[in-house]
Amino acid sequence: MEKGTWTVKTGLAQMLKGGVIMDVTTPEHAKIAEEAGACAVMALERVPADIRASGGVARMADPTVILAIMETVSIPVMAKCRIGHFVEAQVLEELGVDYIDESEVLTPADEAHHIYKHEFKVPFVCGCRDLGEALRRLGEGAAMIRTKGEAGTGNIVEAVRHMRAVMHGIRKLQSMPADELMSEAKALGAPFELVQEVHRTGKMPVVNFAAGGVATPADAALMMQLGADGVFVGSGIFKSTDPESMAKAIVKATTHYRDAGVIAQVSKGLGAAMPGLDVRAIPEEELLAHRGW
Amino acid sequence: MKKVGVLALQGGFLEHIAALHRLGAGAFPVRLPKELKGLGGLVIPGGESTTIGKLMKEYHLEDELNRLIAEGVPVFGTCAGMVLLARKVSGMDLQPLGAMDIEVRRNAFGRQVDSFEADLEVPVLGQHPFHAVFIRAPLIERVGGSVEILASLPDGTPVAARENNLVATAFHPELTTDLRFHEYFLTIVDDKLKAKAA
Repeated sequence: MEKGTWTVKTGLAQMLKGGVIMDVTTPEHAKIAEEAGACAVMALERVPADIRASGGVARMADPTVILAIMETVSIPVMAKCRIGHFVEAQVLEELGVDYIDESEVLTPADEAHHIYKHEFKVPFVCGCRDLGEALRRLGEGAAMIRTKGEAGTGNIVEAVRHMRAVMHGIRKLQSMPADELMSEAKALGAPFELVQEVHRTGKMPVVNFAAGGVATPADAALMMQLGADGVFVGSGIFKSTDPESMAKAIVKATTHYRDAGVIAQVSKGLGAAMPGLDVRAIPEEELLAHRGW
Repeated sequence: MKKVGVLALQGGFLEHIAALHRLGAGAFPVRLPKELKGLGGLVIPGGESTTIGKLMKEYHLEDELNRLIAEGVPVFGTCAGMVLLARKVSGMDLQPLGAMDIEVRRNAFGRQVDSFEADLEVPVLGQHPFHAVFIRAPLIERVGGSVEILASLPDGTPVAARENNLVATAFHPELTTDLRFHEYFLTIVDDKLKAKAA
């Protein structure tokens, strides 16, 4: 019997596909998410919109919060650690979380390096803005990728930009002749072997979710149609006026993402989505997506 | 060509479709009751059993599924699929389909860090062991009299079973390149179609 293998790490992400992973800060919220059909929850102290509003250094959540959520729900529980903070990751592994998100939503602990994730038994998901960034994270051992978007804004524009960039990067590699791949690997800043793999298969080697700005069922279906395998919803659920209905509607829209009839039906009478932010009005240094190297 | 539907509400349905295509079967995703019509067989994939179960109820797939199963249409459930086929499930509030006379415990091996790979003896698939991937996997706690155990862990825990035209595994044959479980299921589909024609 072998544990912590690449197959079981990437395999759990494969089982999350077509699903919605919801940010929760309390056991009560976790229960609402599970009841609504979330395929996993992300245990946090504050949702990204509140992290953005309060400023200061954002760190791994208190283990008490994470453990309480793990005890409450039977679906997988993820938790975030700071970029490069491998001790926070060791703590999360010790707690028994099912996935670690090495996340730009928290304040980075290292401005040059990410965690060497192959050393862990617990799988990691990491954010990316384009294919090069995704393949660097895979090289370090991430078993799942998500596009970053701009967390806590309720604005889908950055998520769309990043998903389009990833998909464009894949299509470009696929159509290139083999003798151009090395120079493209150099331009992408990506491991050559992974560049070759994407060229050969025409696919991201691991599951790729969308994140950062999903606030409505139509947003979720948009990301799915653009090529996401599933969606993370951060502030979008518990910052809306009717979280329970919003959560259920986003789950249904993610499953039936090509069925406009279903999306129309579930979008009715949901109350107000979370208040949105214009990404252009956010000062450059406050953009979370720029964190990660 | 035989038509096999793969329940595509959430989870690893594309992997099953790919495996069935490699074996030359016509496989396609099923999300709504109308798409269950005229199927030779159905796969319920791995994923989150609570998510799949809730979406099954929301879109009224249960009645149609139970009707298919009563007609003897073969169904293959892996991991969450096994949970949903079971008569009784511990560790889940949701009522499963109850089609198969087995009792199942969800997340029976612990959390993700306890997910594992192991080689299993599966006599119905021949001599070669089957390399099985268990992810937050369930196990079978009790089997009824008409259920055949297809594979067990070294400690005797049953992890794959068949009852009439229903096949269930606690692990994920769709995550490996060994297609023997899918092949085995397709022979059940073929036999059923032949019996129907005759």
